[in-house]
Amino acid sequence: MAFDANKVRGDFPILKQQVNGHSLVYLDNGATSQKPQSVIDAIVNYYTTTNSNVHRGVHTMSQQATDGYEGARSKVREFINAGKDEEIIFTRNTTEGINLVAHSYGRQNIGPGDDIIVSNMEHHSNIVPWQMLCEEKGANLKVVPIDDSGELILDEYEKMLGPRTKLVSITHVSNALGTILPAKQIVAMAHAHDAPVLLDGAQAVPHMPVDMKSLDCDFYVFSGHKVYAPTGIGILYGKEEYLNAMPPFLGGGEMIKSVTFEKTIYNDLPYKFEGGTPDIAGAIGLGAAIDYVNALGFDEITAHEEELLKYGTDALSSIEGLRIVGTAANKAGILSFVMDKAHPHDIGTILDEQGIAVRTGHHCAQPVMQRFQIPATARASLAFYNTKEDIDALVKGIDRVLEVFS
Amino acid sequence: MSGLSDLYQEILLEHNSKPHNFKKVDDANQTSEGFNPLCGDQITLFLKVVDGVIDDVGFQGTGCAISRASASMMTQSIKGQSVEQAEVIFDAFHHMITEPGTELDLDTLGDLETLSGVNEYPTRIKCAILAWHTMKAAFSGDSDVTTE
Repeated sequence: MAFDANKVRGDFPILKQQVNGHSLVYLDNGATSQKPQSVIDAIVNYYTTTNSNVHRGVHTMSQQATDGYEGARSKVREFINAGKDEEIIFTRNTTEGINLVAHSYGRQNIGPGDDIIVSNMEHHSNIVPWQMLCEEKGANLKVVPIDDSGELILDEYEKMLGPRTKLVSITHVSNALGTILPAKQIVAMAHAHDAPVLLDGAQAVPHMPVDMKSLDCDFYVFSGHKVYAPTGIGILYGKEEYLNAMPPFLGGGEMIKSVTFEKTIYNDLPYKFEGGTPDIAGAIGLGAAIDYVNALGFDEITAHEEELLKYGTDALSSIEGLRIVGTAANKAGILSFVMDKAHPHDIGTILDEQGIAVRTGHHCAQPVMQRFQIPATARASLAFYNTKEDIDALVKGIDRVLEVFS
Repeated sequence: MSGLSDLYQEILLEHNSKPHNFKKVDDANQTSEGFNPLCGDQITLFLKVVDGVIDDVGFQGTGCAISRASASMMTQSIKGQSVEQAEVIFDAFHHMITEPGTELDLDTLGDLETLSGVNEYPTRIKCAILAWHTMKAAFSGDSDVTTE
């Protein structure tokens, strides 16, 4: 029985909108995904009936808020198949998760002459925190090259690994190219050199099941808002032995057991890393988004998105003067492209005029653009609620671009 | 679709495909680089100013049709003008792009008026203005400028 994207679309109120006089064609899911009604309801319901601070009061609503917040943590743990709730840290987003590891693990464990390995297809959020750390500590940032299709060159990665490798921080799925990296292999190769691995799962978690036990990575980060949850909530998974040994990131309330002016005793995991009142509604929204995704099931989601990607790849490839950037064999639903006659920015404006939302620019991955010697791309990024009609609309929109720039 | 045809007028598309003064000026005495970090647009502007007059001007770089056409038209309009007059043209252009609905100084703007459609596209204003801020930076001796 085929997945019915049109039925699923009914769960997303925003998709019923008109933009610039046209039905919205939302193809900017790589930037942020839309939210199903159940997620919106969970947030509204929280603020309507439960709003209280967590882990504080003895009153009923505070307990309900705590149950909702901690229940969401357990849902995340199950969703990514981690071992313990204590290994799930709520953050604001992927960027905060990476910065937390850089500040806490990095400053404690990385010193002069040590190597941190990233790839050529990282988002700026998985480059800049490490550059800052390298500058502070006198460590080296090493960059694994990619080939013309956008695949990581594993031989070069193997050569970079060695006794000085103190951390490997690599994306699971490239946001600019769509490449799905061989994460399990990347982790195993680093572990052979006793180097821990952080995986940036921002673009992976919405599209495929991720399994911490199977990947065996030491840290995994992602954002809620790309997986149908609200903005402002994200996840850092870390293996317990690493998190326990790491110093706190933000000092304040929640992350302590006792405070005197002489000495503060830090709280246990996961609270040690959750200083300050967290985004309770966001966490509950993330829990609802996970319920929603689980109800659809990744078997259905992945199959539908793969079919759409193939349909889109074939459709765009047949347009003269258009080139898809990122042609790895194993890809998530991302179609980055450039056109001979039109700059991505102009493509974006002309598509927007027809109600089609795509991202244009460097996608916060300027080194990828430099690698392919292009200033920018236009990027259509898919979600399970997209349809072949959306791709057809995109192709028609591109025809209009060709008309203007004929 | 009227907005789109106002934006991508024929003259703009011509300047995009065949930009004027798209060159390095070897004996330039004022140079500046402009970036739009949001989209990756980049322009290098070369000015040769002799006795307060823009004797020669050229630009290089990458960008969308709007930033390229705007740069091309800018070089046309300031070449041979005094630096003071170029500042007057800057003000008229800036006014046209950022304050829609106000009266235009058509005598000063000339052909530049064809870029007025940009003011209906807030996300594209930075594209149109990049070359102009780069010119201002060159006049004031700044080696680079960023529009965000």
